[in-house]
Amino acid sequence: MSQPDVSAPLLELRGVRVSFATSRSLMGSPGASTVAQAVDGVNLSVSRGEILALAGESGCGKTTLARAIMGLQPAQEGQILLDGVPMGKTSRALRRHRRRVQLIFQDPSAALDPRQTIYESVAEGLRVQKTPGVERDLVAKALSRAGLRPPERFFTKYPHEVSGGQRQRVLIAGALALEPDVLVADEPVSALDASVRGEILQLLLKLRDELGLAIIIVTHDLGLAWMVANRVAVMYLGRIVENAPAEDLLTSPHHPYTKALLSVVPENHHQEQMILSGETPDPTSIPSGCRFHPRCPLVASGQARRLGIEDRCTSEDPQLTESGSDRAAACFAELVEVPSAQSPSTTTQDPTRATLEDS
Amino acid sequence: MTTSPATDELEPPQNLPSPRAMAMQRRRQSLHTSWGQYRRNALGMAGLLILGLFVAVAICAPLIAPREATSEVYAAKNNQPIAVGPGSYCPGGGFETDPVTGERVVAGQCPDDEKEFYPLGTDGAGRSMVALMAWGARISLTVGLVATFMTMIIGAGIGIIGGYFGGRVDQVLARLTDWFLVIPWIALAIVLAAILGQSLTNIIIVIAVTSWPVTARLVRAQTLTISTRPYVERSRALGASDWHIVTRRVLPNVFPVIFANTILTVALAILSESLLSFLGLGDPLSVSWGTTLEEAQSYGATTGGQWWWILPPGIGITLVVLAFTMCGYAVEEITNPRLKRR
Amino acid sequence: MSILELKDLRISYASSEGRLPAVRGVDLHVDRGEVLGLAGESGCGKSTIAASVLRLLPKDAEIDGEVLLDGEDVLTMGWTRLRAVRWSKASIIFQGAMHGLNPVKRVGDQIAQAILIHDESASKESAARQARELIEQVKLPARRARAYPHELSGGQKQRIMIAMALACGPELVIADEPTTALDVMVQAQILDLLKGLQSELGLATLFITHDLSVLTEVADRIAVMYAGKIVEEGPAKQVFDKPKHPYTRALGSAFPEIGDWSYRMSPVGLAGDPPHPNDIPSGCAFHPRCPVATAECADHEPRLESVGPARSASCLLLEPVQNGQMA
Repeated sequence: MSQPDVSAPLLELRGVRVSFATSRSLMGSPGASTVAQAVDGVNLSVSRGEILALAGESGCGKTTLARAIMGLQPAQEGQILLDGVPMGKTSRALRRHRRRVQLIFQDPSAALDPRQTIYESVAEGLRVQKTPGVERDLVAKALSRAGLRPPERFFTKYPHEVSGGQRQRVLIAGALALEPDVLVADEPVSALDASVRGEILQLLLKLRDELGLAIIIVTHDLGLAWMVANRVAVMYLGRIVENAPAEDLLTSPHHPYTKALLSVVPENHHQEQMILSGETPDPTSIPSGCRFHPRCPLVASGQARRLGIEDRCTSEDPQLTESGSDRAAACFAELVEVPSAQSPSTTTQDPTRATLEDS
Repeated sequence: MTTSPATDELEPPQNLPSPRAMAMQRRRQSLHTSWGQYRRNALGMAGLLILGLFVAVAICAPLIAPREATSEVYAAKNNQPIAVGPGSYCPGGGFETDPVTGERVVAGQCPDDEKEFYPLGTDGAGRSMVALMAWGARISLTVGLVATFMTMIIGAGIGIIGGYFGGRVDQVLARLTDWFLVIPWIALAIVLAAILGQSLTNIIIVIAVTSWPVTARLVRAQTLTISTRPYVERSRALGASDWHIVTRRVLPNVFPVIFANTILTVALAILSESLLSFLGLGDPLSVSWGTTLEEAQSYGATTGGQWWWILPPGIGITLVVLAFTMCGYAVEEITNPRLKRR
Repeated sequence: MSILELKDLRISYASSEGRLPAVRGVDLHVDRGEVLGLAGESGCGKSTIAASVLRLLPKDAEIDGEVLLDGEDVLTMGWTRLRAVRWSKASIIFQGAMHGLNPVKRVGDQIAQAILIHDESASKESAARQARELIEQVKLPARRARAYPHELSGGQKQRIMIAMALACGPELVIADEPTTALDVMVQAQILDLLKGLQSELGLATLFITHDLSVLTEVADRIAVMYAGKIVEEGPAKQVFDKPKHPYTRALGSAFPEIGDWSYRMSPVGLAGDPPHPNDIPSGCAFHPRCPVATAECADHEPRLESVGPARSASCLLLEPVQNGQMA
């Protein structure tokens, strides 16, 4: 697989923060509102021809971040830059931004208006953006790019008349019609049947290669990241805790949370299972110090104390720091020990095996 | 599905109808299927039949009786018999009006060929009940439809704006809705009638002003549901403006609810018109079923045994309201998938 | 004797387009203490099978064949017997069951109620005590018995549902997508709990899921369903690692092993979608999507045949093994 050209980032996030005021307690006093810090200072970048997987559990803020990238959710702080230019806040600037950055939804059945034909759904973006050109041709081109051929056969169909996989292709076609530079795909295959997923992922890979798209895939599935992503960023409670090239992160994770996540992927038995207790805390009450420390296996097993970092874990907020070439993790343990000694043994990274075992 | 390269040569344009035309054709088709579903609904069809009958009567009113036949002056001029029962052959012109009491008295026998036939009898002013019923149907249906139309415009507008934009706007509109919802509407009608005078327009305004909050609440709830649908978010992500989203995404998807609600509101509006007229707040110059009932009441028809004066407008109101309700439920059953499988 | 045995089970539903066959002749058995994983995609009939075991199917369902629960046919049971058998012999953990709890009753009381309904001799106090024990058994503190459902997280609610399924000491638990709505970490917790309970109580389990990889964690044997039929059956590890049927192979590759370089940048999937029950292809139902189908596959319907020790598959391209034992 060819490496994407490491040019300047196409899309860049700098210190993005998104918070919500939640005041929906039944008995609470009307004025008492708590703030949920859904995205808490995220730096991220994607280049042309690169697929970035944004991984994490539900409630980690990955979907909010995706919406912030689309300008659908205002960020209280930080900047979202496209080709180095910050995203504007006026409705005109937002519309321009949304022509170049397109969103693919998790559930294609719900993301298509049941009263619109497929033609109208795909043409909607063109009409909204007043794109010049023959609408009919542009729609046909987008549909066939998304693998719906011959496109005319789908023009007058309604979403409920095509299959789930085809609906997702319609959504992708609707995004492609505007010739975007960036695709943000929020769990693009999790609502699809298992046997259909591969084809949609293949399509995304093909679009990346042929159109040079930058694609951000929001997912909870690390196996999916293994199949398509160039880079993986792992989110926990609104913060990116580890960011590295996919091969490195998935085969030798540095952050204990990434390790735990990887260890519980079924049929990934090369590592001993590290099942974390409890569930991700509420973003209204983020733990002090390292936000992961109450569930961290390093703290629980006493290894943090042995390394002499336990105090820092409970009191200091770790920043995402370089932990090897082109990778970063937000963990104090990274600063005091050699990463390779800590990571559990994994399969050997030998790219030649790919060709040998490819069937 | 094939997985050939994404950048593919386009097929040569074929001589197909334009996508818009095809979409229109698909819409017609889906309308056709909806109609097919409706046709299988016995209740709905019965309602439609009754309704058709009354609409036909309302439209054909001028053919049934001249407009003047609903005027008391006309009846007096022609010396029509007062409060005679249905099916009476009554001597036309055989009556005289007593100049002192104003009552009409039989002047004498008249030849058979001058006798007139009153199939539903006459009212206390001597007007033919047939004329009153036909022209009354016109007024009742018109008032019902116009009032409903206004109700829908106000209700749907406020409901969609509140539900879609949310926040402060929604709070203000929701309070406004609540406020109008609890207004004692008969009192309002009396006050408005006193201020604006008695006219059909005022009746329509009163009905619209008092019945929109129910629609607004319903539409707001539906708009809230639709607004959270991913396809609305998709439109926004494509760069659509609020106006585009409201008119293209929200409205078409809220429309079935509005439509079903409209039909039920017409029934209520007709009932309200009758009630207002019955209470003497109607337009004294136009004849509706409600005013007829009111006159029967003040004449003492209920105690005097002139049942033919009370029953036809009463049955008319009941049947039309029932018919609209039946149609409304049938439409609701088709548009609301949750009710479909009962 | 097996705790559960399905013999030529056929189930169809009424619809406006005629009868929809959901299950088209399934033979399956679950031995005592065994975990059988039933995998398949939406509409393959796996949830219909789950519901048929306790006769929870809608009224319009037409059922043929036998469902033997501990040797007794569930389909011909009288209502009194059925009520006695439900929950005490076999219980079910539903898909998305977290929403199945009564929001205004304490979870402990809900478990106690399940006990009282099925055991009339139990006193209220003993039922409450049992409920607390069950809650501890699913690794929650006993005081959580006093919690209302909204005070619990998704994973905790699923634990309560498991406790409720265990309330009457069943020999068989049917778990229908018990972890589907949960996060990976919570899913791992629940799978861990289920594994523990299975070995601790010797429970037999019919574990139904669309996720083949989950089954390798919990199941002893796996049966794969497609369009209302079993297409492959065998020991869990073998079926996942060395699938015989092309469909099983495709299903498995949706859940790749991380670090397996053959999947890197090459996701594998099937063209098309699973068939709708009103439009099941002729011959082998899988042939339109099958990457290795031949012309013959469209005409001949393969039978589930032995293809190795304890393994069977239904594919015309596989050589049946004569002396292999039928699973």
